[in-house]
Amino acid sequence: MAAKPKLYYFDGRGRMESVRWLLAAAGVEYEEQLFETAEEFENLIKGGKLMYQRVPMVEIDGMKMVETRAILRYIAAKYNLYGKDLKEQVLIDMYVEGMRDLYDIIMFLPLSFPEEKENLRYILEKATDRFLPVYEKVLKDHGKNYLVGNQLSWADIHLFELILMIEECKSDVLLTFPKLQEFKVRVSKLPRIQKFLQPGSQRKPPMDAAGLEVAKNIFKFSKGMFLKHGTTIIAEL
Amino acid sequence: MASKPILHYVNGRGRMESIRWLLAVAGVEFEEVFLETREQYLKLQEDGYLLFHQVPLVEIDGMKLTQTRAILSYLAAKYNLYGKDLKETALINMYTDGTLDLMLLIALSYFKPAEQREKEIELVVEKAKSQYFTVFEKILKNHGQDFLVGNKFSWADIQLLEVILMIEESCPTALSNFPLLQAFKTRISNIPNIKKFLQPGSQRKPPPDDHYVATVKEILQF
Repeated sequence: MAAKPKLYYFDGRGRMESVRWLLAAAGVEYEEQLFETAEEFENLIKGGKLMYQRVPMVEIDGMKMVETRAILRYIAAKYNLYGKDLKEQVLIDMYVEGMRDLYDIIMFLPLSFPEEKENLRYILEKATDRFLPVYEKVLKDHGKNYLVGNQLSWADIHLFELILMIEECKSDVLLTFPKLQEFKVRVSKLPRIQKFLQPGSQRKPPMDAAGLEVAKNIFKFSKGMFLKHGTTIIAEL
Repeated sequence: MASKPILHYVNGRGRMESIRWLLAVAGVEFEEVFLETREQYLKLQEDGYLLFHQVPLVEIDGMKLTQTRAILSYLAAKYNLYGKDLKETALINMYTDGTLDLMLLIALSYFKPAEQREKEIELVVEKAKSQYFTVFEKILKNHGQDFLVGNKFSWADIQLLEVILMIEESCPTALSNFPLLQAFKTRISNIPNIKKFLQPGSQRKPPPDDHYVATVKEILQF
């Protein structure tokens, strides 16, 4: 029997969380090696396991995969969550890539400077004005249960994850998006998703102050990363 | 006969350049519509062409595709430049996610204020050498083959050549410690469609200049 995939990251969501979601949705059991100090991370680098000296890294099927997007695409393709043909695949890619900007600025929100009080408002504005309407329209236009090809795909899992993240910022954010509300209920009832949403699963909680300190010590973040990433939301140019 | 793909972008490299490379190398003729004013950009948005209000936009096979990496993956797969199985595709994705990140850093450095730009470009060149070229030199050394993945020409090879040439524009000696990459560069540059694309008169775009930077800032209002 093949070895379980093994995830190398710190004990938090970050960029690895999307991988955890996708593996869970695919019903794939996995192990995690979660480091807590800069030293552990440096040992991982010195061990030569990280192609670009960065994590996420996932050991899967004999490969040491890095680059979140590459990892997610591999899992999606392997477990039939990437559409039935190339045209469905490109739609899934487009939808997932389109979520990335919003995902990133939510992910980096804890790194805001104290005086950047506008950041949360900015996130919610982008969510309700630019991102959520796109997916509401997709669902409305074709009237099907899932974003692409009338079948659950990586795009649905990622959208569901993102909706929950936005709701952690503002719980009633889906108020004006009836199709997305239905979508959220529908996906949350899928057995594997239900299981992942239970306490005790490998899902990670939102970052708190203690978690932020750990992450900063390991990755040597600078505050102000929010603004840097905030610029990508203006245009993909 | 299928119509040619149409690329909508500013008349410059930016995020569209990797798409131009891929199409050119695949031998696909394409048309370009250049955005020169904010009005044109807003019109594309109003007409519903831009799913996330962003360019690049590529009209191809009856679709209006946006999101650079979605477009690139589609083209790589369509033109058999994406490996022969999932594992080879995974490697190609790992390599190209890296090269695309590096090219984005280069592109963004041109938007820094003039006094910071040179320093920024120096940093990017250092990063290119230490984090990327070192890695790709090792990959070529370990398998001893002509191409990065599966002993066959793929999108990863196109990307690596593209980024090497870009870095060399700022640092002509960037490959001095990387003999295998030097040989790789020569070998890949001589592939007929690539050789053609590297000639004057092709649709390859020059490095960003002040006019390009100003146009982008005007169109996107930042």
